[in-house]
This record gives sequence, C-alpha cells and structure tokens, in this order.
Amino acid sequence: MSSQENSAAHVHRDDVGARMGMWLFLFTELILFGGMFILYSVYRYKYADAFHLAAKDLNTIVGTFNTAILLTSSLTMALSITAIQRKQKSLSIFFQMLTIVLASGFMVNKYFEWTAKFHHGIYPGSETLLAKPAGEIVFFGLYYVMTGLHGLHVIIGVVLIAFMMRFTATGVIKSDSYVKLESAGLYWHLVDIIWIFLFPLFYLIT
Amino acid sequence: MSETITVPTNGKHPSYLEHQGKHKGLLGWILSTDHKRIAILYLVAIAVFFLGGVTLGFLMRLELIAPGKTIIDAQTYNSFFTLHGVIMIFLFVVPGIPAIFGNFFLPILIGAKDVAFPRINLLSWYLYVIGGFIALLSIVLPGGLVDTGWTFYIPYSVRTGTNVIPALTAAFILGFSSIVTGLNFVTTVHRMRAPGMDWFKMPLSVWALYSTAWVQVLATPIIGITLLLVGIERIFGVGLFDPALGGDPVLYQHLFWIYSHPAVYIMILPAMGVVTEIIPVFARRTIFGYKFIAMSSMAIALFGSLVWAHHMFTAGMSNTGQFIFSLLTMVVAIPSAIKVFNWTATLYKGSIEITAPLLFALAFIFQFSIGGLTGVMQGILSIDIMIHDTSFIVAHFHYVMFGGTGFGLFAAMHYWFPKMFGKMYNEKIAKISFWHLFIGFNLTYFPMFIMGWLGMPRRYYDYLPEFHTYHLISTIGSWIMVAGILLMFYNFIKALLSSTKITEKNIWGGETLEWKIETPPIHENFIDIPTVHEAPYEYKQNETETLKTQEVK
Repeated sequence: MSSQENSAAHVHRDDVGARMGMWLFLFTELILFGGMFILYSVYRYKYADAFHLAAKDLNTIVGTFNTAILLTSSLTMALSITAIQRKQKSLSIFFQMLTIVLASGFMVNKYFEWTAKFHHGIYPGSETLLAKPAGEIVFFGLYYVMTGLHGLHVIIGVVLIAFMMRFTATGVIKSDSYVKLESAGLYWHLVDIIWIFLFPLFYLIT
Repeated sequence: MSETITVPTNGKHPSYLEHQGKHKGLLGWILSTDHKRIAILYLVAIAVFFLGGVTLGFLMRLELIAPGKTIIDAQTYNSFFTLHGVIMIFLFVVPGIPAIFGNFFLPILIGAKDVAFPRINLLSWYLYVIGGFIALLSIVLPGGLVDTGWTFYIPYSVRTGTNVIPALTAAFILGFSSIVTGLNFVTTVHRMRAPGMDWFKMPLSVWALYSTAWVQVLATPIIGITLLLVGIERIFGVGLFDPALGGDPVLYQHLFWIYSHPAVYIMILPAMGVVTEIIPVFARRTIFGYKFIAMSSMAIALFGSLVWAHHMFTAGMSNTGQFIFSLLTMVVAIPSAIKVFNWTATLYKGSIEITAPLLFALAFIFQFSIGGLTGVMQGILSIDIMIHDTSFIVAHFHYVMFGGTGFGLFAAMHYWFPKMFGKMYNEKIAKISFWHLFIGFNLTYFPMFIMGWLGMPRRYYDYLPEFHTYHLISTIGSWIMVAGILLMFYNFIKALLSSTKITEKNIWGGETLEWKIETPPIHENFIDIPTVHEAPYEYKQNETETLKTQEVK
C-alpha cells in the first residue's frame, strides 16, 4: 500500500534516457556482429577464391526475396510508430502484426534454405563439407554462424514486437508515451541493417 | 502506516536499510530495485567469490613452496590457475568497484535518486549471480575442472575434454552483466545529474566510472561473440579458429584481447577514481589538476582500447604492427602518469591525516606505479620477447590488478563503509590489517619479478631448484597477505554486528554530496534534489566550516 503511493509519487519517466539506453545497447549489438564481420573480412582476404566458389552454392533468389521481406517489415514497423503517434491504435497493432508476419516469412524461407543445404550434406562437421578446401569450410562455418545468430535476433525481435502489440492493446503504449515501441522499432531496424550487410557478403560475391 | 518520502514517520526518514518496500525480509533485498540495496547484494556476492579466488591462489602458492609435487598434482594446478583467473577477473576485479561502489555512490555523487534503469540494474545482479553459479557448476560437473587458463586459447580449448562450455557460458553471461551496468551508468551520468552539476563539477570518481562504463559497453560484446564462437566451434565443430578446419588461432587471440586488454582499464579506472576521491579528503586540499584527471580517464579509456596486440608480440605479427602497438602501449602510460603526479601534487603541503582509507590509497599509488612502469617495460619489444610468459608478467599484472584495483577496492570499503552501514570499524585493526596486506602483497609478488627476469615461466607447476628461494619468500608473503585479508573481513563483520551506530553525516570531512546526506542514506537518497553551485573538493573555500566540524569532533 505504502509502496504504491511511493512509486506513484516518484514515477521517473525519461524518454530521452530510455532511447539513449537503447542506442547504447544497439552499439553493443553492432560490435557483437562486428567481431564476426572482422572474422569474415580476414578469411575472405585469406581465401578469396574459395569464398567466391562457395558463394555460388547459395541461392541468390531466395536471398533477394528475404531481403525484400525484411526491408518491408522495417517499413511496417516504422508505420506502426507513426500510427500510434496519430492515435490510430488499431492501425498500429495491425502494422505490428504485419511486421511479425513478414519476419515469420523470413524465418520460413531461412528454414527451407538451411534444410536444403543439409540435404546436400553441407553442414558443420559433415563429410561432404570436410572434403572441400579449407576456405569453403570456413565460408560455410561463417554462413551458418552469422545467419544463425541473425535468425536468433529475428526471433527475439518477433517476441519483442509481440509484447509491444500487447502493450499497445492494453494502453501501456499510447500516443503520448510510445518510447517502448520506438525502442522495439530501433531494434528491428538493427536486425534489418545487419541482414543488409550479410546479404551481399554471402550471396552476391559470386 | 504511510512511509512516503514527503511524510516522514517520527519526524525522521527511515534509512535504506530499514525502508519497507513492496516485499519484506530477504525478498525485500533480492527484489529491490534500490541502487543501494543492489550494491549490497553485489558486495555480498563479490566478497564470497573473492574469498574463493583467494583460497585457490593461496593453495597454488603453497604448491610452489618447494620444487616437485607438494600438495596438488599438475592437472589440478592447471585447473586452479584457470579458476583463479576466471573468478578473480570476471567475478571480482571487473565488477568489483563499479558494481558495489559505483552502484551505491554514483547516483548520490551526481545528486540523483537512483540510476537511470533501476530494474535493469537488478537484472545485472541476477546475471552476475547466474554467471557465478555456472562458473561453480563447471567445478562440480563431471568432465573435470577447466584447464585452459582464463584466456581459453584455441586450439587447446576446443580439444581438451574438461568443462570448457560451462566456463565459457559463465564468462559470456558475466559479460552481459557488465554491459548492462555500463549502459546504465552512461545513461545515468548523461541524464540524471542534479541541477547545476555540469560536467566539470562532477566528482572525479564519476568521471572514472563514466569512462569505465563506455569501455564496458564498447569492448565487452567482443568477448561475448568470441567466447560464443569458441562454444559453437566446440559443440558443432564449425571451423572458425581451428587451424585443422582452415581457421586462424591467432585471430582468436586478437579478438580475445580486443576485449581483454580494455578490460584491464575497466578494472583499474574505477580504482583510480576512488583514490582521487580519497586523497583530497585526507589532505584537506582541492584536487590538483581536476580537468587533467578527468580527461586522463577518458584518454586511458580511448588509448587503452587500441593496444591489445601487445599481448601477442611473440604470436606472430608484422613489424609495422609490432611497432604501432608498442608505441600505443607507451602512450597509455602518459595519462596514467598524469594521475599519479596529480595525486602526489595534491598531497604536497596538504594537512594529511593518516587514516586507513588513505593508507590503502597511498599503497595503491606505490604499487600501481611499480605495476605500471613494468608494464611500459613489457611494451618494449625486445624486452617483451625475453620476459613473455614468465612470472615477470604475473608479477606485473598482480601489481596493477591486486596492488592497484584490489587495494583501491579496500580503500573504498574503508572510506565508505561508515556511510553505507552507519557502523564504524575499529581503525586500529584496520591499520594492522593494512600493514599485513601491504607487506604480504609485496613479499608475494616482488620476488616474481626477479625470478621471471631470470627465466621462471608462468603457469608452471614445477621449477628448477635455483628459483626455490624466491618461491619460498613468495609463499611466505602469501600467508601474511591472507592473514591481512582475514583480519580485514573480521574487522568489517565485527563492526556490522556491533550495536553502536553512527549517524554523523560527514565522518571524514569530505566535500562531495554523499557526505551531505543522512548516514546511512535514506531511501531515494535526497529529500529534495540538491542544486550544485561549486566544484567538488573546495577545501580552501570551506576551510572555516571544516575547522568547525573538526573542533566538534
């Protein structure tokens, strides 16, 4: 009872601070992936020909399709924030839902891509892969790790946006307090931008 | 029943120790988002792990008392130095000062009621405890104690059969905890400063914590991803670093040190902040060169992030690379030296009062100087190639990490203990424990410089008879040091259990904000957020006032 009064009397709200915290967190995510981009650049330099050859095994059409899906989902995410700013609650929820649908589409594509690779015997530790030259082993190692970790981020993003939908529905996120949704949006754009780098590095270097 | 801040009970606000929140008893602590309570939670957890790390170190020293097998076998010794490293680095020195004293005093020093994200702050403690628990799990799980050294160098770390995965997971989670603390502190310093507290009116420990927080945010993710990749490589056999699969183990070392070198500045900077806080108080002088100390913290954070490859001079690197990293390593010594000179200049012509916290701070300066200068020696390529992987290196980083950060933490503990708990320890015992620690420490680690110089390799379980004398002195030193540590703990625990309370606001005559609030602080620290008009450490200006309080004393 008393604590409720207490917290009510001292609600500390700082949207700028919240956004700043989110940006700092995004820095850490960028650096997390940065470590892998360093690995990629070093090995690409070391095994330029093998990387070129291995990239031919990836399906550029599926990759392009996934890029389009993810870019569109960033748009719908941005639209959902604009909608809540304009007090259009159900429209905002609709756009968040659409973002989740697109993200799931991305994951479904990813799933088929990976299983196809598995069928061809290309997975870490497989005999087919180990028979290939060192550069190609490293290429596929990086491919699985980087797109895998990116996929994990997509899933986290979906969960995050699902929570935001709930918050929007219950009125925690509203037209004058939408920093949570904005932060989720920032996170989603990060997921998007990392893919924008992964796509050319793995699919377009043939 | 109402206990809101605006309506005090019995005309007095309850301290944070007595404040009744949503939960009672133990839950009131482990679910509290009060930065002061989280600091105490950290203090308890860190103290436990510290004692664990000390025990391992003590046993290793005991093993080395004579050549050949003394008490433990070689494999156990390998595990002991690994666990000693993992515990001391990830569970003691890295979180140490920021998580305990940063949490407790950063908001108070800038005149705020809490940190920017109190709930995330509590999350960081849970991550710490989970990480620590998993580290302990790696000890009891079948498979054997991890024996890779805290550096987890590839390819051994993917080949050994011991519990590498739990240890990696622990370090990964602890990294998260550190990141979260860092981003919380950066945001807090930017957004929560009291009115009038502009950047150059902040106490210098805030500057130190702020620089540290940036390094935590920007460097820790690298270790996160690196350890994750080692784990993936170990579990799934993905070829990333293993040369058998086309990987490059030296690349692993680069990635590892890109974090782990800046990490030593995460460890030392907060201790420098503590020393900067303590010295002007007991010299009763304004700090000498405020802006230089503040900026040197930032400079250390910046340059310290660019020197990692000096750990790898012998691992294979281009001459240009060696030259650049050697040069940058020496550049870091400049901001560190600026601090040392400013501290000594502050003491000059001050009216020095020798108290326990000041003794620890002075020992910090002495030991940090030795550790720092030998660091510059190692930055010289020709010398580094000779002393690489000898006990000279062990002596060097213990002088910085323990003689520096460890003593800094003890200094902070003696300085802020009365404010945190409203109890006072026995000053005489504190000084006795200090002298044990100081003598024991130097006796333990100084011989390592000499024998390292003569060729004693590090991480060896056995040694040639010619090193016996040095090892013997070192082991005897460790006994004195451990006696000092135990005496210090006894002193604090006895004070905590005693019933005599102190309520004096400003026990040392300090000039920063924590000395202007209640002892122990009330929930949310300030009744009204103060407006700051003057820079910290204005002793001359406030001399008359200080004299008055001293007369009363």
